[in-house]
Amino acid sequence: MPEVRVVNVTKKFGQKIVAVDNVSLHVKDKEYFSLLGPSGCGKTTLLRLIAGLIKPDEGEVYIENQLVNDVPPEERGIGFVFQTFALFPHMNTWDNVTYGPRVKALEKEKSERIGREVLEMVRLYERLDAFPNELSGGMMQRVALARALAAGAKLLLLDEPLGQLDAKVRNELRYELRRMVKELELTAIHVTHDQAEAMAISDRIAVMKKGRILQVGTPEELYMRPQHIFVAHFIGESNFLEGYVTRVESGEATIELRGGILVRSMDETKKKGDKVVIAVRPEVLAIEKERRRNTNTLLGEVERVRFEGTNIRYEVRLENEDMVVVVRPALREEWFNVGEKVTVSFPAEKSLVFVYPEKGLGEELSVE
Amino acid sequence: MVSTNLTRFLDSLSSKRHVRHLIYSLSIIIFLALILTPPILGILLKWNLMGEIFTQPNLTSRAASAIYASFAIALFVSIIDILAGLPMAWFIARGKSQWLSVLDTLADIPFILPTVTLGYSLLLFWSKPEGISSLFGGNSLITPGWLLIILLHFTFSYPVIVRVMVGALLDYKIVYEEASRTLGAAPLTADRTVTLPILKPALIAAFVLAFARSISETGATFLVAGTFENGPVFIKNAREAQSEGPLVLVSFILIAVSCMIYATIRLLGTRLKIPVKKVWPLAERRLSSLGVTTFRNLSTIAIFLILVLTPSLFVAFPAVYAVTGGTLSQALTGSGVWQAYWQSLTLSYLLGMVVTLLNILIGLPMAVLIARKRVGRAPSTVLDVLVNIPMIVPSIALGASLGIFWGNFAFVPEVLLLIFSHLAITYPYFVRAMTAAIERIDMDLEEASRILGARPFAVFRTVILPLTKYSMFSGAIMMFTRSVDETGATLAVYKTLKTAPVLLVDWVTRKPPFASVSPLEISLGAGFLVVFSFVILLVLRFVTKGRGRA
Repeated sequence: MPEVRVVNVTKKFGQKIVAVDNVSLHVKDKEYFSLLGPSGCGKTTLLRLIAGLIKPDEGEVYIENQLVNDVPPEERGIGFVFQTFALFPHMNTWDNVTYGPRVKALEKEKSERIGREVLEMVRLYERLDAFPNELSGGMMQRVALARALAAGAKLLLLDEPLGQLDAKVRNELRYELRRMVKELELTAIHVTHDQAEAMAISDRIAVMKKGRILQVGTPEELYMRPQHIFVAHFIGESNFLEGYVTRVESGEATIELRGGILVRSMDETKKKGDKVVIAVRPEVLAIEKERRRNTNTLLGEVERVRFEGTNIRYEVRLENEDMVVVVRPALREEWFNVGEKVTVSFPAEKSLVFVYPEKGLGEELSVE
Repeated sequence: MVSTNLTRFLDSLSSKRHVRHLIYSLSIIIFLALILTPPILGILLKWNLMGEIFTQPNLTSRAASAIYASFAIALFVSIIDILAGLPMAWFIARGKSQWLSVLDTLADIPFILPTVTLGYSLLLFWSKPEGISSLFGGNSLITPGWLLIILLHFTFSYPVIVRVMVGALLDYKIVYEEASRTLGAAPLTADRTVTLPILKPALIAAFVLAFARSISETGATFLVAGTFENGPVFIKNAREAQSEGPLVLVSFILIAVSCMIYATIRLLGTRLKIPVKKVWPLAERRLSSLGVTTFRNLSTIAIFLILVLTPSLFVAFPAVYAVTGGTLSQALTGSGVWQAYWQSLTLSYLLGMVVTLLNILIGLPMAVLIARKRVGRAPSTVLDVLVNIPMIVPSIALGASLGIFWGNFAFVPEVLLLIFSHLAITYPYFVRAMTAAIERIDMDLEEASRILGARPFAVFRTVILPLTKYSMFSGAIMMFTRSVDETGATLAVYKTLKTAPVLLVDWVTRKPPFASVSPLEISLGAGFLVVFSFVILLVLRFVTKGRGRA
């Protein structure tokens, strides 16, 4: 059963571009694993290295414990779903889907049976004769998936398979994708820049930036316990407040923010005097009309209010001129108006402290 | 100030619908009056003479054999060009060596050499003692005749296949091939079942171009034909013998059959299916191995070097010898035969420049008309097809019928006849290139320009022209070299004014008063044409560098 190991792999394009920088990774058998990151972070390059479409400059790729660096793609036993689907324009749905079994010279009856099964699985059996230019985006995606599945591979590689689809179709198909992969007991590696998509369907996710893996974990681990400030920013949303550590005691750090505001966070790894950044999720922040000073309370004024259906989003200008975003359920709490003076607070244990990045906060959080 | 006022005046004029209609109408009328109709009418005017040939069985037999030879050679040559040129195109487009750009340039050489020079070079290489024949202990390895014609046509059509297919392969989305490889297909299986079928339109276009070039070629064919006759050689001989009836009949048949073949390929070509269902995984995997691929690439290069490049450039050796001897100084002082040479060369280049300018003036509106379907979809398609006709008919046949038509107008001087015939030959090349370039421009850009207040001429001046200037320049260069190179139509219409290729044909065939021209002089004359052609190619490469080629 295919598990995938990537060991110290590096891939460069020309002299200056290091697309994948000394990356190591282990994808377990039957795992739905996502490579998540902004455009240009190297996730597609890493996928193509696993597929054998390009060769690493350094390092090894193992599939089922076999070194495959010199094994061509057609012999790796993989299925690949491309971002643009890559359906052969001169073949109809049936010919596209049965292409894999045909080029492997499977018996005709077996090829046809496999073709029928996968097309029924993706609910496109009635469009056998249609050519790609006659299919909608969602249909093309399903044909591309059926084609990859029909090839009989146990390792499925997906390069932004939902990227070309509109939002509603994308939301529906993502769950279908996971369901099929789990039903067929495949190992899947899914590349995406959409963190909501990755969170919804993955067993584990690797967050990448500039050719490196920053953190690997379950969606819950990445969301609740990001170990890198970029992960805290890229997965979900975070407010970032800069300050200095003034005291560390009993597993708690006291941090002085701009304007002399003191807050506390559960962190004992920092030292007094360290320049740090506190990350607090918008949904963790509480907002109330009563003006009070207490532990981890911040006074401010509502600057902008946006109704987002399920939630209300407040942009609050704090007394020290920092801006924070507060997201609250729209139907369960009272609403605040622009201009209202409010108090924003958060529990110490629901915040994270990061060392202030050397290159600056803006540069570290940049997705370009 | 004057040019600004003129621009403003033209801008405001272009906003008037009747002015635009007038320009487009004029371009259609000029095309019909100068390019399409005269050859047709020329044939029809002498329709009654066609029957003459049937009174002479030998002549009938000769004509039939010549026509058959033209089409048989064109078909055979086009097929072997595809078989030899496609692997080379693949090697150039997919290879990873830095030397491939050198190979790419070398593959163009037969294309940019004047065909009469090419013909003479092949004649020297294959048929004269100075060439390869001496290695085999004889005076002539391949004597002038049908085999040498095939080699010649193969050589000058080879770059056409390579050029078209390299472009198609570079434009091709490699993701299709990657998809087929991830599905388990060996590289050869992927190429055969996915890439080739997708590239079928380019393959058909390449085949048609190679076929048209072979059918049309006259000057160089005449040099290597010996006593063998294909259609163009028959027409030339008939003209020299002043046998108008056979000339008209053979011209008519060549034109009519060429058009029918072209139409058939256009209509049925898209239905031609490349077999993709059957696979031989084991065999194709073996044929995709490194060893087999290396052998194939080496064979491809060997064929190119032995059959195409070396014979094409062989004329350089005697030309260099002529330079180092005393022939160059004679040539530069214009003594002896060289006076006629420089006059002919000057005529060739002046003719080329005039024809190029005229084509730009009359061809540009036609290109806009076709690309933007200004007269409606169906009429634009019809115009598109009609514009191609002069390109796919034998140029000597076209020239012969033009000569007959304009011969009825005594006031048409010979130089104008040359201009009309060269215009007819080169017009399709420019219109084709510019139509393709304009079609590539997103309509959104023009619409954005109009919405911002630009009048039609301003849109053309500020959007279309800047974005097509490289295509226009390379189209102009191609037209110019095509005109300079044109032999067939010139042979059909000239009386006293000889262009350089026609003069070279006379030199090689020792036609009076050039019976005493030496081989060194011929080689040097051909060499000058080659050098000037290279300079033009370098200019073209420099200007279009980095555009349209990875």
